[in-house]
Amino acid sequence: MKRFVSIWFPYLKTDWFSVRQPLLRDLPFVLVVPDHGRKLISAANESAVKRSIYPGMVAADAKAIFPSLQVTDEQPGLAERLLRRMAEWCIRFSPCVAVDGDDGLIIDATGCSHLWGGDKFYLEDIIARFQKHGYTVRAAIADTIGTAWAVARFSKDQFIIEPGQHAVALLSLPAAALRLDDDTVERLNKLGLRQVKDFITMPQTALRRRFGSQKVRKSGSREDGKKEWKTFGLSDSRSSGLITRINQALGTEEEIIQPVHPPAPYEERLPCLEPIVTATGIEIALQRLLENLCKRLKQEGKGIRTAIFKCYRIDGKIEEIAIGTIRASHHVDHLFRLFELKISSIEPALGIELFILHATKVEDHSSLQEKIWNSEAGLHDERIAELLDRLSYKIGMNSIHRYLPDEHYWPERSVKNVLSLDETTTTEWKVDRPRPLQLLARPEFIEVTAPIPDYPPMNFRYKGKLHTIKKADGPERIEQEWWIEQGQHRDYYYVEDEEGCRYWLFRLGHYDDVSYRWFVHGFFV
Amino acid sequence: MPALKADIITQLKKDILALQGFRPLLHQNQQIDIGTINHSFPNSLFPLGVNHEFICNDHEGLTASSGFITGILSSILKKGGAALWISSSHTIFPPALISFGINPAQLIFIRLRNQKEILWTIEEALKCEALTAVVGEINTLDLIQSRRLQLATEQSGVTGFLLRTHQRIFNTTACTCRWQIHSLQSETEDGLPGVGFPRLNVELLKVRNGKPGSWQLKWANGKFNEVVVKTSSTIEEHKEAV
Repeated sequence: MKRFVSIWFPYLKTDWFSVRQPLLRDLPFVLVVPDHGRKLISAANESAVKRSIYPGMVAADAKAIFPSLQVTDEQPGLAERLLRRMAEWCIRFSPCVAVDGDDGLIIDATGCSHLWGGDKFYLEDIIARFQKHGYTVRAAIADTIGTAWAVARFSKDQFIIEPGQHAVALLSLPAAALRLDDDTVERLNKLGLRQVKDFITMPQTALRRRFGSQKVRKSGSREDGKKEWKTFGLSDSRSSGLITRINQALGTEEEIIQPVHPPAPYEERLPCLEPIVTATGIEIALQRLLENLCKRLKQEGKGIRTAIFKCYRIDGKIEEIAIGTIRASHHVDHLFRLFELKISSIEPALGIELFILHATKVEDHSSLQEKIWNSEAGLHDERIAELLDRLSYKIGMNSIHRYLPDEHYWPERSVKNVLSLDETTTTEWKVDRPRPLQLLARPEFIEVTAPIPDYPPMNFRYKGKLHTIKKADGPERIEQEWWIEQGQHRDYYYVEDEEGCRYWLFRLGHYDDVSYRWFVHGFFV
Repeated sequence: MPALKADIITQLKKDILALQGFRPLLHQNQQIDIGTINHSFPNSLFPLGVNHEFICNDHEGLTASSGFITGILSSILKKGGAALWISSSHTIFPPALISFGINPAQLIFIRLRNQKEILWTIEEALKCEALTAVVGEINTLDLIQSRRLQLATEQSGVTGFLLRTHQRIFNTTACTCRWQIHSLQSETEDGLPGVGFPRLNVELLKVRNGKPGSWQLKWANGKFNEVVVKTSSTIEEHKEAV
C-alpha cells in the first residue's frame, strides 16, 4: 500500500517575492505579465485575493478596484525553478519527490512517515518547515496521488486520510478536485453533477459514453520526432479523461510520477556481511572505496579537498576520520596514505558493518599534462603537494611556511607567509640593502660601547661574550610604520667582529634620547 | 704524450674508485661551481643525491653553514625545482636568499621544535622525488638515524643537507660528506671602510672516496670564489720583487 503527500503552494510566486521584501507581505500585491498590450495578473498574494483580485484580471482593472495595489513584473520560469529546488530540498522527507504542475509537489511517502512518528507529525513537519521559509502551504496525505491532490486543495479540515479511506474522503469534494479540465467540469456542472459523490458511483460505461476515457493525444516532440502516446504525466494533469482521473483517485489505475534526481553526492558505501574488527580489514575497505570514488572523480575531472571516512559500528556508534588536501587530488595512493595515518584512531569495538566514504569538498582538478621528466615542475609538482599534505597531518599546517615579499620597510613585516603553493605576487623582493640570512624572531638585547653618535659601536656583549667590532657599515635607518604601529625608529648597522662573524645590530631611538637601547637582530653569512 | 698519461691516470683513478666500492650516482648531471674544492670529490663532481653533514657549534656557525648551503642550492635550483628547509631554532630571512641567487618562493620552510618530528619530516621529505634538495637542522643524530636518512636519499636522489647543531660529541654517522664552516674576516679593496664580501672558511672533514681539505671562499658576483691565502712571506716576496 502506498502513501502520497501532495503539497500545494497557493501563493508560490508572490510568497517568493515577500520573502525577499518582507514589506510586501501585508500589502495587496500582484505579479503581472504583458499580454496584447495590457498587463494581466498572473499571481496575487493572499491579501490581494481577499480584496477580490484574482489571477487573470487586467492589472488596470485591479488598480481601479484597489488603487494602492503593488504591481511587479513576473520573472519568467520562476515557478519551475522554485519547485525544482524545493523538490530537491524535500529529499529530506522521502527519496522520491516530483514537481506537480506549477504550484505543487508530490512526495511518495510510502514507508517514510513512521520515521517522524506518524502521518500527523510527518505532515506537520513538512508544513512547519515550509512556513518557516515564508511560504503559505497546504499539504495532505492519502493512499493515492489523486486523493492527496484533491484533499490538499479542496478539503476544509481533514488533511490526513487514513489508509483505505480515500474513496470516502473524495465524496464531498467538488468535481474540480479530480484534476479535470475546465470544459469537463463545466459539463458536469451543467448536468447537475457538482460533487464527486454525484457521479463516482455511476457505471463507467455511461460516463465513458459522454466524457470518454481516452488519454489525450499529444504530439510528443522528442529528439526522434516520433509522435507518441504520452501517458498522463503530472505536467498535463488537467487534460486527462474523466474515467482515468476517477480511477487514479480511487487507486484502481496506477499513476507514475517522475521524481527529481538530487545531485548525487560524492559518496561511496561498502556494507560488510561480517563485522570488520581488524585494521587490515578497514584498510581493504578504505582502499576499495577510494578506488571507486577516485574513478568517478577522475572521469568528472574533479579532486578531493576534504573527505570523511565513516565506520558504522554494530552497536550503533559511528567512528569517523577526516582528511584534507592542499590541492584537489584523486590519487588513490596519496589519499590512502593520508587516511592511513589516522586508521589507528578507529575503534572497531564489536565490529564495523558499514563503511561510507564521503567527499565533503570537491574541486576541479587541474590535470597537468604528464611530462616526460618531472624534475622541472618545481612547486607545481603533484608530489610536493602530496608530501605537504602528509606533513601537515603530522606536524600541523601552521609549521609550514612559504614566503612572499610584502610592501613594508619594517624587517619583520617585509615578508608575508602564504599557504598556497600557487600564490604569486607582483611585489619585488627588496635587495638594495644587506639583509641577514638568519633573522632572530625577536631582537635580543645587547650591551654596547658606542662613543660617538651615529657611529657603529666599538664593541658589544651578546650572551656573555664580548665582540670587538672591526668593520662596520651603516647606519640604515628604518622608521616605524606609524600607520600600523607607533614606536621609535631603528638604526641598523652591519658589523663584523674580530673573529669574522657578521651581525645585524640596531639602536632603537636616537643616540641622545634618554631611553635608547641596542639589539642584535640577525646574523650574516 | 703527457695528455695520454693524464688519460691513463684518470682511468686508473676511476678503476680504483670502482674497486673501493664507489658507485657513480645516477642523479649526478650538474656541476657545482665551487672552484678547487671539486677536486676533492670522486670524479671531481660535487656529490648530489647524498647527505652532507654540517657541524655547527653556535649561531654564527649555523649561519655560515646555511650561507654555504644556500650558495650551493642556488646552483642546484637554477634549473627550477623546489627545496624544503626544515629548521628548529632559527629562521631564514627570505630577502637574504636573493643575494645568494635563490628565489625564496622556490623554498618551503618548516619550523618545528620536536626533534622526533624533525627527523620524521626530514626522512619523508628526502623520500619525495619531486624535491631537489632538503635542508634540515637537527640537534643530535646517531648512526641509525643518519643511516636511514642516507638510504632515503640514495633511493630518491634528493640531496640532503643536515645541519647538526650543538654537536659536542663527534659520534659516527653515515654521510657522504661532513663539513665544518665558519666565517672569516672580510677584506675590502684598498682598505676601504665598511664590510666586504662575505668570506667563509670551509673545512671538508670527511668525504667518501675523496680527499678532505680546507679552503677559503668568498661569495661575490653570484658564486663562490676561492681566496688564495696570502701568507706574510708571499707579501714580502712580492715587495721584494717590486
